[in-house]
Amino acid sequence: MGEKGGGALIPYIPNTKEDQKKMLKEIGVESIDDLFKDIPQNLQLKAELNLPSSLSEMELINWTKKLSQKNANLDEYVSFLGAGSYDHFIPAVVNHLSARSEFYTSYTPYQAEASQGNLQASYEYQSLISRLFRMDVCNASLYEGATALAEAVIMAHNINHRQKVLLTKTIHPEYRQVLATYIKKTLGLSIAEIDYENGITDLNKLRKEVDKNTSSVVIQSPNFFGCLEKVKQIEEITHKSGSLYIVSVDPISLGLLTPPGDYNADIAVGEGQVLGNQLNFGGPYLGIFTCKKEFIKKMPGRIVGETLDKEGKRGFVLTLQTREQHIRREKATSNICTNEALNALRATIYLATLGEKGIKEVANLCLQKSHYAWEKISQIPGFKPILGSPFFKEFSIKCPLPPHKINKLLWKNKIIGGFDLGKFYPELEDSLLICVTEKRTKEDIDRFISILGEMV
Amino acid sequence: MREPLIFEINKKGRKGYSLPECDVEEKELKRLIPEEYLRKSGLGLPEASELDLVRHFTRLSQKNVSIDTNFYPLGSCTMKYNPKVNEDIAHLSGFAEVHPYQSQNTVQGILQLLYEVEKLLCEISGMDKVSLQPAAGAHGELTSMMMIKAYYEDKKEKRDTVLIPDSAHGTNPASSHFCGFRVVEVKSNRYGGVDLNDLIKKMDAKVAALMLTIPNTLGLFEKNILNISEIVHNKGSFLYMDGANLNALLGIVKPSDFGIDIMHFNLHKTFSTPHGGGGPGSGPVGAKEELVPYLPIPTVEKGEENYYFDYNRPKSIGKVRSFYGNVEVIIKAYCYIRSLGKEGLKKVSHNAILNANYLMKRLKRSFYLPYEQPCMHEFVLSGENEKINNIRTLDIAKRLLDFGFHPPTIYFPLIVKGALMIEPTETESKETLDAFASALIYIAKEMREKPHLLKNAPQETSVFRLDEVKAAKELKLKWQGTLDE
Repeated sequence: MGEKGGGALIPYIPNTKEDQKKMLKEIGVESIDDLFKDIPQNLQLKAELNLPSSLSEMELINWTKKLSQKNANLDEYVSFLGAGSYDHFIPAVVNHLSARSEFYTSYTPYQAEASQGNLQASYEYQSLISRLFRMDVCNASLYEGATALAEAVIMAHNINHRQKVLLTKTIHPEYRQVLATYIKKTLGLSIAEIDYENGITDLNKLRKEVDKNTSSVVIQSPNFFGCLEKVKQIEEITHKSGSLYIVSVDPISLGLLTPPGDYNADIAVGEGQVLGNQLNFGGPYLGIFTCKKEFIKKMPGRIVGETLDKEGKRGFVLTLQTREQHIRREKATSNICTNEALNALRATIYLATLGEKGIKEVANLCLQKSHYAWEKISQIPGFKPILGSPFFKEFSIKCPLPPHKINKLLWKNKIIGGFDLGKFYPELEDSLLICVTEKRTKEDIDRFISILGEMV
Repeated sequence: MREPLIFEINKKGRKGYSLPECDVEEKELKRLIPEEYLRKSGLGLPEASELDLVRHFTRLSQKNVSIDTNFYPLGSCTMKYNPKVNEDIAHLSGFAEVHPYQSQNTVQGILQLLYEVEKLLCEISGMDKVSLQPAAGAHGELTSMMMIKAYYEDKKEKRDTVLIPDSAHGTNPASSHFCGFRVVEVKSNRYGGVDLNDLIKKMDAKVAALMLTIPNTLGLFEKNILNISEIVHNKGSFLYMDGANLNALLGIVKPSDFGIDIMHFNLHKTFSTPHGGGGPGSGPVGAKEELVPYLPIPTVEKGEENYYFDYNRPKSIGKVRSFYGNVEVIIKAYCYIRSLGKEGLKKVSHNAILNANYLMKRLKRSFYLPYEQPCMHEFVLSGENEKINNIRTLDIAKRLLDFGFHPPTIYFPLIVKGALMIEPTETESKETLDAFASALIYIAKEMREKPHLLKNAPQETSVFRLDEVKAAKELKLKWQGTLDE
């Protein structure tokens, strides 16, 4: 055995010692070190990095398996946890097709003729999302739901140059945190947060805050509590002052609920994880970004367009690149470069697989099962439904015990309980946000309820 | 062969999925949700059988050039081989099927892994602490610039300018501008490095940071880095490193040793996580002590008994994305670093540099090399130094496709006329490099003798050259047809 990791002994480095010798000779130097003459001598590391030694494939698998086994996972636990990351069913075709390495080992389609697969898939993604959202245009994805919302707010400011942003407190708290970071650290816009009533935005308070200086009104529906906002009334209030209307939606809910294009949203965004992407402990996900046609030149991110080749055959290219950083540098609409193409591909395959009927069916199953659970839990003495507005797949319950205690007991029964709302809303400290997707069977729900029932 | 759009494959009455029947008592929609909220329009989604879908997306995949199919020397993108075992590991249920809001005692394995990745990146770079939250390189740049801004606000110093060399990636000025900084360009000298006189002239007490890519986008190590570092630090500014080209430095130098205060890493470049057709990437930020308090929340910490998230960091800029980062990508980078270990990582950079210099040597007789000196992991040729039969760099790139190679990055950096930026990476063999060199040398001959072959390229791809002007003029950004009933 030679030196471990020597010439060609690392499977990912093919150069043999013999190759190296030939190459050095062609270059005209004695050793690889001779190629570092631009690096000041005193900077060149004399000692090895203080890192662990290399692992063989088997050792690596054994070690990482051990790490993975320290994490409870949803193959073993039944989950009622949502709050921005959702356990929806993913058909096998999504995993298999997105795992084709022609997709995942390619890069941003700078050379369109060599990337027609990715480009057409992106074009299909833009088309599917535009139709589901009923919006004019969609980009090829952003990082995830929170940054998509932040980019939307910045875009709105770039359109109307107004200084105030109105957020409703029913937007995912982490999205609001990200928005605050982005806006405080970048544009210095002011943010006002509108309170809620019965789990949805308090329209009277909103009316009082909206004025001619309001750049955008930003809502989420279904909101963080799972409740449906009064999207049409908010649209009227927003547009009356000439502000832009930004909504963040759950794409699955659009199987049943009015899409943002039908209530005149100017920019509609969303977390696309629900469309065929695994939980992955929070990422990678994808940020869906759509808007009205008139704003397209202000849109951030990559956009794919249809065109023809020189023989008249249809093909696809990145387009409107003059908005982007590699051309416009500091004048670009956003600094984004790499997006989440593979996650968008998964969303594309998911939407194509489920299709018209399937998305409606998934949405309906979520709605029916969550309402079944809500009704049953409401009947347990001590558990009290709160925030009484209509909801889609998540609802809030006031509990007779501290939520962490409830979750601990559920845990022992191989159930992951709801989200402890007190974490973000001190006024809701004894409440759990419970999520029921199509993956929960009646048996799961009944068992969940009977365990809750035994607690009181 | 033309692959129809999924909408054109649609046939009403087919389906590609199966879901269970509703097993709870099904109620009328209107009883659960008031009618005003319900969708009146159809979804407009197509329907197809499972095999239709499988063939469609499989065929689409076959229209891509990828690392697994072809040599892909896209400069500054580090298109190296992505080990398969890392994919398998990242997809284990104990990683992929874990909810970000599970209680921390149920995710100790992931927290340990994240903690270890931070430590590994600290050792590689010499930074004091790393945040794994940014989702991509540009996101890491943005995060870093926000931190620098917060630092000076904290110190009540008014610094509104960021200096950026003319050879930098477009994301650098875009990220700085996004953060509200004024961007001032610093010229390159005739050796491709930062022009020190120009830097001194522009370096004043208004400058918050100099953003440097090291090695720079010409693939050259900044010879005067220690002078530059001194000039920047003497004015109380920060030295930021764009880590896009870190693949050249592993185990050879540590950025902290030449005065870097803050930097981002591209896990999808240096640490071999797949580029995914344009993401997901991951762009962790590493900082030296002074900037550490400003890193995004939460950080991952190791307590006496367990690993935990720390949200109690009062000076932090806050969150830059939901949850904690692109964890699945980070897991693959962890696997990569552990597979190679300290010995392997150094060999990565050694062989990346060797491959680039070898290829440069083989090509410089056929194409103009504007900066003639040993390169690091990549080098830049000019495709348009002298106009030959009106051939443009774009034509050379398209012609390479006919030889089965993905073209290099073209027209970047902007300081080289018709740039061809070539980064072979360490995972390519001498045979592949030789074949690529032969193809380019052959094309150089064709430029003089058979220019029409370049002008008409590519011929071997699924479409001929596409009309980008038409695409931008007559915008078609989605399928506009009506689904067959």
